Amino acid sequence: MKKSVFLGTLAATTVLAGVAFGGTLDDVKKRGELICGSNTGLTGFGMPDANGNWVGFDVDLCRAIAAAVLGDATKVKFVPTTGETRFTALQSGEVDVLVRNSTWTFSRDTELALDFVAVNYYDGQGFMVKKDLGVSSAKELDGATVCIQTGTTTELNLADFFKQNNISYTPVTVADDSEAQRQYLAGACDAYTTDASGLAASRATMPDAANHIILPEIISKEPLGPVVRHGDNNWGDVVRWTYFALLIAEEKGVTKANVDEVAASTADEEVKRLLGVSGDMGPKIGLSNDAFKNAIKAVGNYGEIFAANIGEGTTINLARGLNALWTQGGLQYAPPLR
Amino acid sequence: MAENFVRSQMLPPEAPPASQSGALSWVRENLFSGPLNTILTLLGLLSLYWLVSSSLPWWLNSVWHASSLGECRTIVAASAGEGATGACWAVIRERWHQFLFGFYPQDSYWRPVLALGLLFAALAPVLFAGQKRNLAIILGCVAVFLLITLPLGGAGLVAGLLVAVLLAALLALSQSRPQGLLWFTAIYPGLCFWLLWGGPIWTPIAALAGFVVLWVVFRLLSPRIGVPVAAGVGFVAAVLWWLFAMGPVVGTLAGLLPMGLPKVNSDQFGGFLLAITIGVTAISCSLPIGILLALGRQSDMIIVKALSVAFIEFIRGVPLITLLFTASLLLQYFLPPGTNFDIILRVIILVTLFASAYIAEVIRGGLAALPRGQYEAADALGLDYWQAQRLIILPQALKISIPGIVSSFIGLFKDTTLVAFVGLMDPLKGVTQIVRADINWKGIYWEPYIFVGAIFFVICFSMSRYSMYLERKLKTDHR
Amino acid sequence: MALATDVPKESFRLSMLIYDSRYRAVTIQVVVLLCFGLFVAWLLNNVVQNLAARGKVFDYGFLWARAGYDINQQLIPYTNDSNHFRALLVGLLNTLVVAFFGCIFATILGIFVGVLRLSKNWLVSRLMTVYVEMFRNVPLLLWILLSYVIFSEAMPEPKAFRVTDEMVAAGQEPAASMLFFDSVAITNRGTSIPAPLFSRGLGSVDLGFVSLNLTFLATTVVLGLSIWANRRLRASARATQEATGIRPVIWWKSLLILLAPIVLLFIAMGFHLDYPALKGFNFQGGLQVAHSFTALLIALTLYTAAFIAEIVRAGIQAISRGQSEAAFALGLRPGRTMSLVILPQALRVIIPPLISQYLNLTKNTSLGIAVSYLDLRGTLGGITLNQTGRELECMLLMMVIYLIISLCISAVMNFYNKTVQLKAR
Repeated sequence: MKKSVFLGTLAATTVLAGVAFGGTLDDVKKRGELICGSNTGLTGFGMPDANGNWVGFDVDLCRAIAAAVLGDATKVKFVPTTGETRFTALQSGEVDVLVRNSTWTFSRDTELALDFVAVNYYDGQGFMVKKDLGVSSAKELDGATVCIQTGTTTELNLADFFKQNNISYTPVTVADDSEAQRQYLAGACDAYTTDASGLAASRATMPDAANHIILPEIISKEPLGPVVRHGDNNWGDVVRWTYFALLIAEEKGVTKANVDEVAASTADEEVKRLLGVSGDMGPKIGLSNDAFKNAIKAVGNYGEIFAANIGEGTTINLARGLNALWTQGGLQYAPPLR
Repeated sequence: MAENFVRSQMLPPEAPPASQSGALSWVRENLFSGPLNTILTLLGLLSLYWLVSSSLPWWLNSVWHASSLGECRTIVAASAGEGATGACWAVIRERWHQFLFGFYPQDSYWRPVLALGLLFAALAPVLFAGQKRNLAIILGCVAVFLLITLPLGGAGLVAGLLVAVLLAALLALSQSRPQGLLWFTAIYPGLCFWLLWGGPIWTPIAALAGFVVLWVVFRLLSPRIGVPVAAGVGFVAAVLWWLFAMGPVVGTLAGLLPMGLPKVNSDQFGGFLLAITIGVTAISCSLPIGILLALGRQSDMIIVKALSVAFIEFIRGVPLITLLFTASLLLQYFLPPGTNFDIILRVIILVTLFASAYIAEVIRGGLAALPRGQYEAADALGLDYWQAQRLIILPQALKISIPGIVSSFIGLFKDTTLVAFVGLMDPLKGVTQIVRADINWKGIYWEPYIFVGAIFFVICFSMSRYSMYLERKLKTDHR
Repeated sequence: MALATDVPKESFRLSMLIYDSRYRAVTIQVVVLLCFGLFVAWLLNNVVQNLAARGKVFDYGFLWARAGYDINQQLIPYTNDSNHFRALLVGLLNTLVVAFFGCIFATILGIFVGVLRLSKNWLVSRLMTVYVEMFRNVPLLLWILLSYVIFSEAMPEPKAFRVTDEMVAAGQEPAASMLFFDSVAITNRGTSIPAPLFSRGLGSVDLGFVSLNLTFLATTVVLGLSIWANRRLRASARATQEATGIRPVIWWKSLLILLAPIVLLFIAMGFHLDYPALKGFNFQGGLQVAHSFTALLIALTLYTAAFIAEIVRAGIQAISRGQSEAAFALGLRPGRTMSLVILPQALRVIIPPLISQYLNLTKNTSLGIAVSYLDLRGTLGGITLNQTGRELECMLLMMVIYLIISLCISAVMNFYNKTVQLKAR
């Protein structure tokens, strides 16, 4: 029986001081660490590099939240979650916030008792096919074999799309993105369907990118964003406004590099409130007054995060498209900070 | 007078005829002794040839130095011509540490390595009870292993010296009082926990002190109120110590004398470190539970028996993967609201329960193999149930069960790869997946699988050979 | 002078519950039962509280809602308009079909390898040893992943089968061709095999919740009757042999009884094969077997066969040499010695561990998750769980189903084991 103590001590020392219901902000502060549910590895959005540091578009949002709440962008623990485990991990309090390209849908928002607090990436489901297949529209895919990831909303969208257009298909279900890409490249399916961003990312890394085309049809709306538990409104506000702060920063031209300078010299009242020079926006949601400034300083504004991880010029090379600021014809729009 | 011919010296034996000796005859006898055998041999040779010819170029064109899969492909194309295939071992070269240790801090690699080395030192007295020579050999091997790996893993001078002192003490103990080594086995779990997870050294010491509390209370009370009650009271006292007294005591001691290692979080565990941690913890924790379940299953008490049977059959009837999903999805439903501990611990708990059902069946086999006379002899000596189990039955039954336990461990160790499906970084799928998520290595398949598969093979194969050796040894003892 | 009546009547004291071995067992059991009851109550209480905190109710009603997703391998009709329960059934059948074929193939291969491992042929026995050790000591997950990769990487694409007019004109052959007289096509997306079809099938009867396929039923009944008749024939032949010492020649009667009725039935129902043909992007017609199924089946078969081979080898080695020597002395050939003398005896040693291998194989089908095979775990415990968010209900139901499958297998195999074991006379 000697060894059962091992388990006991293990339990005693690794139990996290997480209280699942209410007061996530206080828990995070007390713990001194933000626990962020992330992908198990999705190029550009969230994956660990060779040194075990997490990098990616979603990861940077987590870091911004940590910087806003704790003043230190490194105090984040990333818990990799799979399609099956992600929402349970959030519901049970294992993670504080889930930033894992999860689609905002009615049933997830209501039945699963989750709150989608913002949309950090507007996406839609598309199809990629090889050029020599001679197909120019998804409606010509009658009888095709389609590779699809399980555990996502995409399989429902796919079924609906083919049904509406009264054409048939054979689904080939795969476990994850890299496996889907392998199958598609090997010719095990005629078309690969997932979020358009994922398609572009896959296409960018293919040795013969020019031989693949992404079909014009976008068959669904996929608003992807950070998720928190239902009922903890204060924490939801923290996550939501940290994200909006990054948007406002881009809108006002505040960047990682010039944030201190702008804070000292700006005459714009909203920027002053954003950077905590005037007003008490931070304390109103339980943060310090320079919380948003810390967030911007740590990871940069929304545009910088986008450009650094997935934007044009990176290997993934995504255009801003719908994710451009509203001032530039996109959908990213932050309510006024006042 | 005819002279009697008596040979005074023996003639040297004749060499066998040419057709009966040498390689040719061996080939004829072993490969082409009949039509069926000839066909089989030819089929075997054909499949061997096919295997080698289809994979040899790939092996020969291996690339060791490159920073991405694309670079590998260019190098192969440049050296072996367009269209040639070649292995890209550069990925292993760059990411080997993640396959072995996951995200464990790189400057602390010596800690898991030391824990592994000491694991063998702790197992030695169990496997080679009292055999001084074997003990010395094992400890020597551990010392050599640590001598090579510790400096590579970044151990400091102090740590190195402490390890050297510890090993020297163990060696001396093994030669003077081999039974004393069992004490090291007893404290090893605490030591291993401290090495892997870090934190103040007082935590494992205080945890082990709980057993001292149990023992002291038991010894003080047992003459007065009898063994069962005293054991119960001692157990309660120990639990109280762990729950309430341990935390403050550790805090005070750590404040007074801050000694310890940097803390490492469970989420940094990955690769083979994770697989071995889960496997070893689960199998060692499942041993006591398994013994209790096996005894429960053999018990005359109908309720105890029914509960044991139900538990064992339930666990053995469902796939491990459902239990892992239980750990990640359901366990929180069964615990009080707000309790929350990390996924690795939850997985270890469920894997322990899984293993204990299998261990219980192995031990039940051992119990059943004992001759009835042993039980009767124990009764005849007037031993009560627990005395009989402790002194007569279990030592023999466990000895017979060791091969079964080892094969359970091999099975469990292979099954630890399934934790990838609940988002943990197992070496086979978890780490491979994050490596492939890196844009440089997107599209690499065979090399990580072969690397991980080879390590699994080496570990499991040597364990199964050891178990077979043990089986043979035990067999002679019983015939 | 002690009489039985002299024994003093002991009055019951409370301490006897602990110290008197007659009562102690009762005490312990009561305590254990109490603890167990409390534990269960604690668990249930926690579940109720947690469900309330998350605003959920424990309810299986979601099973009757529209599933909305497609499954690429369906043994019973299913569309995305069917409900989650139907999806569960499809998944369950997919689990069972892999387990069924896996057990059969693994047994055949296992016996074959186990016998060959003891072969006198050095090369063959070494090769078999390498095979067995390699598969036993590397995780099954790796074999599943590898066989899946091999299928989708090494097999030709469907378009490689295409014959265009230019190719005919130039006299070229297509890059790949179908096997077995153009009836089987293995592409990198699946295996197409001919499908049995009936042009004059008997239709089906709707029994409310399930529809009964009469064609299938008729086939089963006819097959069952033929087998029963064949057994009667063999029994009568044995009786004749016992009585007269001469075994009548019955093999042609037996063959006729077994084959004629079913062939007649098939002709009556208009049996024909539907061959796959390349149309559009893919092979159409025939039966499409997805590679997730094939890869899982092959990996499970090879992995389990390695264990079965070891069991068979141990079983054969457990039969004393005297048995085979006696058989040789009777003039039996080695092959017949193996099949008539050694294997039947070894079977008694082999069956019990074989049961647990079958159970393992069945449970290991859940690893289809690695290749996204939509079995019970993939439908009920995967997509359904994901879309409805009912993890408690789905996981509990899934465990119960797996448990029932396991218990059924062990019940059937234990029954078989009883019939094989030596009966004490």
